[in-house]
This record gives sequence, structure tokens and C-alpha cells, in this order.
Amino acid sequence: MPVIAMRNMKDNQKGIIRAIRAKGELGRRIRDMGLVPGTEFYVQGRAPLYDPVALRLRGFTLTLRNSEADHIDVEVDEA
Amino acid sequence: MTTIALAGNPNCGKTTLFNELTGARQHVGNYPGVTVELKEGTFSHRGESIHVVDLPGIYSITAYSLEEIVTRDYLVQEKPEVVIDIIDASNIERHLYLMIQLLEMGIPLCGAMNMMDVASSRGITIHPEKLSKLLGIPVIPTVARTGKGVEELLDAALAVKDNPPPQPLRLSYGHDIDRALDRMEDRIKGHPMLQNRYDPRWFSLKYLEQDEQIREYCKKQAPEVAKAFDEGYQQLLKHLESTLNTYPEALIADQRYGYIKSLVSHGIVNYASHQSKLYISDKIDLVLTNRFLGPLFMVAILMTLYKVTFTYSEIPVGWFETFFGWLGDTAENLLPPGLLRSMIVSGIIDGVGGVMGFVPLILFMFFGISFLEDSGYLARMAFMLDRIFRIFGLHGSSVMPFIISGGIAGGCAVPGVMASRTIKSRKERLATILTAPIMNCGAKLPIFAILVGTFFATARGEMLFAITLISWAGALITAKILRLTVIPGESTPFVMELPPYRFPTLKGLCIHTWERTWQYIKKAGTVILGISILVWAMMTFPLLSPEKEAFFEETQREILKTYALEDSSRVLDYDIPEEELAPEELQIREELLALEGRRAEEALENSLAGRMGKGMEKITRWAGFDWRTNIALLGGVAAKEVIVSTLGTAYSLGATDPEEAGSLSEVLKRSDEWSPLKAFSVILFVIFYAPCFVTLICIAKEAGSWTWGLFALVFNTLLAFLLSAGVFQLGSFLGIGI
Repeated sequence: MPVIAMRNMKDNQKGIIRAIRAKGELGRRIRDMGLVPGTEFYVQGRAPLYDPVALRLRGFTLTLRNSEADHIDVEVDEA
Repeated sequence: MTTIALAGNPNCGKTTLFNELTGARQHVGNYPGVTVELKEGTFSHRGESIHVVDLPGIYSITAYSLEEIVTRDYLVQEKPEVVIDIIDASNIERHLYLMIQLLEMGIPLCGAMNMMDVASSRGITIHPEKLSKLLGIPVIPTVARTGKGVEELLDAALAVKDNPPPQPLRLSYGHDIDRALDRMEDRIKGHPMLQNRYDPRWFSLKYLEQDEQIREYCKKQAPEVAKAFDEGYQQLLKHLESTLNTYPEALIADQRYGYIKSLVSHGIVNYASHQSKLYISDKIDLVLTNRFLGPLFMVAILMTLYKVTFTYSEIPVGWFETFFGWLGDTAENLLPPGLLRSMIVSGIIDGVGGVMGFVPLILFMFFGISFLEDSGYLARMAFMLDRIFRIFGLHGSSVMPFIISGGIAGGCAVPGVMASRTIKSRKERLATILTAPIMNCGAKLPIFAILVGTFFATARGEMLFAITLISWAGALITAKILRLTVIPGESTPFVMELPPYRFPTLKGLCIHTWERTWQYIKKAGTVILGISILVWAMMTFPLLSPEKEAFFEETQREILKTYALEDSSRVLDYDIPEEELAPEELQIREELLALEGRRAEEALENSLAGRMGKGMEKITRWAGFDWRTNIALLGGVAAKEVIVSTLGTAYSLGATDPEEAGSLSEVLKRSDEWSPLKAFSVILFVIFYAPCFVTLICIAKEAGSWTWGLFALVFNTLLAFLLSAGVFQLGSFLGIGI
């Protein structure tokens, strides 16, 4: 199955986290919120200006900027 | 007395539980040296008196945010007898991440499985007793909003206290890391400087997570050990990078989540329906954060908050004004004329009264903000606006402080600066605090109104709109400049939870609102009192020379003599309105008032403030300001309302009421000193220059140091002067508006 950057996902698309390439504070923040490899989620929507993006995972909603989503590789059904 | 600390993620119901336990018997302070709130309270349970501390909401025990450092330091140094970790039952996996880390620290822990009602309404069945068995700590189901399960929770927590101290949880983080931890642990155990303060295993774990605080501590206590640890870390890092393409910190987090997954799969949670089902909260979001409807609703909600606050607070603000007016009159009648009366009436009562007058406004404003915050809408606003504010080095949450400070003209920077607490990112928050006062607060409006009305009468609306635009652009651009110079650095990660919408509890709202208001009142009672007296003294001393005073008295006598009235007491009794005076009496009174105006002008000119105003004229001429303008602007640093009244005094009109400034407008129009260009230069200066004293104090408090208060005073004034001087010089050169 294809692996793409999170930024390129469409609204309501499902995915599984494959890798988080962010280090330092950003990497830690992302992990603290439960985004670790193997986590299933879907894109809940985007802000009016298409950024940040809202994800739904583990029963809660997490938002992050597109520039932060760039560091996350996601496995999706189809690109 | 037993000490219990409450820990948990933001939005887990921690504060609700705290309020439920302590009610109004709580005290809000700050942790020493930082702006993180420290909430404490006491209550008794089954005859035992309990001290409870509400720790800041955190997701993890790293050392990145102030909240996390504060929590950690508290747990390590204060060693509370029991820690209650609150878990949101509807969102169990992420909340367990913090609990695992608390268990790793070896803290006496008791779990509260909160929001059981929400979980069951979502078709999630939780078995706290299973989790309790697996982790070896009590886990009590609760609903903090209704108080359900709270008694049982306290019983369990007190039982934990009587148990022997627990052993830290030892997870396996994979062969490589475990081996490294073993080696480090042995080394720490044998070291006299390192073995006491932290649990050795935990210390090693944090070291491998490259925790700054732990590394610093190790370096200071035992430099040779730190060196060995760093070398070991580099080897481990290289090994993990080449074999697993990861690094220790990430691997440790993965293993923790792996452990949580195995816990959850032991039948702690059963999902009746599919997880991705839309909850009510999500349905609300479909509208409120919708691409087109979202911004419209946001504007409507902000306008409503604004209108309601500023309209309805007007009435109680009026009561305060009436009360302080009455107090001033009473003091004036009771005290003999002289310096003491002048100080008490013009210094203390007017000064403190002016500040206390804002209390109802702050009360209303924070009630509204608390509602938006507790309901979860504030996070949505940050989400929708982040894209714009990020360009200027700010955060989506910066919008609230900006708007309250006067982004919609007529706000107040004091609650604006205080509202910046909702921004969790340190740098973005500081930039917001420093730039929000550039917005046009209600106190700046009278001087704008007079100057625009006098010099730009044909384009009144356009000018006032332009002033609003200038302050927005100015604040955002200044924020960008600050973020590039004095507060540099990458933007803090946005990564933020959108909590589900909840209807706030009235108790929570009231406590929250009162906290902020009380902090403000305390300031008014102490610092502002001192400053009011200082400002009064600056505008009073040195007094007019005896010869001058004698001259004015002599002139007054002459005026009275010229008309040779039988009874002059009616003229001097200002309680008798003008309409009841005979034409001759009226004329005398007008002459006397004009004389009194001249005396006040000379006294002001002679005072320290007057001398400063004159002394600064050499420089301020570049921006077109004469000494009278200088004094008024100086007074404006105390409170912006003062600008108009001081300008009135400086032009011999007596203290001018901003509401009836017709005469001041006339004087300015006729004066050679004033021109549309100068008026614009003054407007520009007033937008940007030093925030008023109350705001400065709030800045110092919210930014955590007086340096920032001082910075705001100096930097804003310099910026304002450069802008005004630039515009004035350019305008003079091109011959526009002179």
C-alpha cells in the first residue's frame, strides 16, 4: 500500500502512521499526543484556510499545521 | 494534614474535580518565578483535613513546557503523599500515556476514571477494576461534574497513603535500551551526588530521552558521569539509527504505547459501536469550523461577546464612577482646602477610582472568555485563525487578546493582556502580550474623537476606520519585528487538541472569573495607589511661588471690587447653577473661572511634569509636539483617559470633561500650534506609545518579569516617536496638512 506525506491526504481519508521524521520538540509533542507508528486515524477536516489539519485518532481530535504534517509518513489505501 | 496532588491531561475534568473538592476555599497563586498558576485548597474528608494541589494540565512529563517542568519539580521536591491521576474514560489510551510515566517515577498513585457518563453515552464500556489489577493501583470510576464517585476516590487515595511507597514501574523498552539503563542505574547508585534526589532508573530513562533538566543536573553534580553517559548515549543512538532507523526517545515512547495497547487489549475497554461514529460534538464542528460558515459564526460570536460585555458592564461601571465621584465630593467637603485634600481627592480617589472603575468590565469580559474557553470554542478559534497569525510569528489563540484589547475599537488592554494566558506557546504568548496594547482601548477614543472631529471633520468615519486599520497592521507588524529580534526562534509546535464541546459548569465559570477579577483588584489597591500619588505629585510640585499665588489672589480681589457687589458669596458658591445667577454675577463668575484656569495652567507649567514637558520640547518638536501636548501625553502613561483632561488644563480651560470637549476643540482649532498634520502625528503616537500603568503592571506579571514591563514602556514609546516624527517631517516637507 502506498505511503504518502500526511499533508497530501484528503478530507475523511483513513491512514496508518508509518514513520515520524520530526525530532526535538516537535517530535516529542507529536508522540505525546499519541501519534506513533501503527496508529490508525482519519482526516477530520481542515481550517478555512486549508491549514491546520484536524485528525481523529484514539477517540479525540488533534490539530497540527501542514508544515508539521510534512514530517509524518502515512500508509493509505490509495494515493 | 495530608497533601493530595491532582494530575492529568488538559480537559480531563481535573479543575472540575478540584472545584468540586474545595469549592470557594481555594487559593490561586503562581509557582515561584513563573507564570504557571498554582491552585491550592483545603477541605476535610471523614474528619481528616486534606490539602489539595491542582497541578497544571500536561500530556507528558518531559521538560519542554513550563507546565511540565513545574509539575515534575513539584512531584520530585514536594513529594505529595498521594497523587490522583485523572483519566478521561472516553479517551483512555492517550491519558494512560501520562499515567504510565507517573508510574515510572514511582509516585504513590491513585487513578480516577473520569467522565464515565460521556464514555457510556458513546457506547464505550470501561472496566476500571481490571486496569487497577493490571497496574497495581486503585482506579475509581468518577463523574466530577456531578460529584459521583468522589467520596470513593478520596477513600482510595487516603488508603494509598498508608501503603508502603510503591516501586517504580519497570517497562522493557527493548534489549538495547534496557541494557543501557541497567548500566547507568548501577553507576548512579554508587554515586554520592546522584543517588538521592531522583529514582536512579527514572533518572537514567530521562537521560536517554535527552531531558535537558536531567542532563544539566547530572553535569553539575557529577561531570565525569555526565561525560560517560553522553558517550554511551551516542553509541546507543548510532546503533539504533543503523539497525532500526530510530532514536532512543522515539523508541521509548513507542514501547510505552505498546504497553498501553497490551493493557487495553486485556478487556479494559469495550466499544459497542464503531469508533469513527460522529458524536454530537463533531456535528457541531461540521457547522462551527465549516470552511464558509465557520468564519461567519466566529465573527458573530466575537461581536456578541464584545457587545454584551461593553454594553452591560456600562451600568455597573457607572455605579462605580458615581460611588468614587461621591467619595471625592465627600472628602472635598470634609477636608480643609490644601495639599492633603488635593492629594486625597485628585491623587488617591481619582487614581484608584479610575482603575477600580474597570472591575465590572473585567468581570463581564472574563465570564465571557471563561465560557468560550471551558466550552471548547476558544481552541476552534485558534484552529481557524492560526494560518493568518502564524505569518506574524503569533499563534491562532492570539486573536482573543487582540480583540479584547481593542481590536474592535473600545476594548481594554488589561483584560486583553490577561487573556493571553490561553496561549500555551511561550514565545508567541510574549509577542502577543507586548503588541496587544497597540490596539485602541476605550480610553484612547476620546482624544481620537476630539482630534478627528476638529481637524478631519469631513472624513470622520473614514479616519476612525483608518485608525483601527493602523493599529491592527501596526500590532501585527510589530509582533513580527519582535519575533525576528528580541523574541527570536522557530514557532512553537501547534500540535493541539480540539476538546469536545462541553457545557461549562456555572461553579467553574464563577470561580475562574472571580480569580482574575480579584487579582486585578489587588493590583489596584497596592501598586496603583502608589503610582497615583506619584503622578499627582509630579503634576503638583513644585508649587507656584508665593508671589505668583499672591498675584492671583490680588487679581481675584480686584475683579470682585470692580463690580462692587454687596454679596459676592453667591458668585463663589459653585453649587448655585449659572441659570440662577444675575447677569452681572454670571459675568464675574466667568472672569473668575478664566482666572482660575490661568492659575491651573501656570501651576501645571511650573510643576515637575510641566518642566519635563518643556524640557522635552526640543526633541518632541521633531514630531510636532509642544510642551502642552507633552504633558498630556505624559499623563496618558498613567491612564489614557487623562490625556484630554490634562490638555484642557494646559490650555487654561480647567480640567476638561472628555464628554463636553467642545471648548477644547475650539481652542485647538484656533491655535497656531495645531494643524491636521500635527493632529495626525499625535493620533499615531497615541496608538503606539507606552501602555498605561495598569497594563504595564499586567505585562510584567504575565510575562513573568519587570524587564518586559519596562521594555514595553521604552520600546513602544520609541517606536511611536519614530513613526510620528517620520510622518510629521515628511508631511512638513511635502506641505501636506500644515
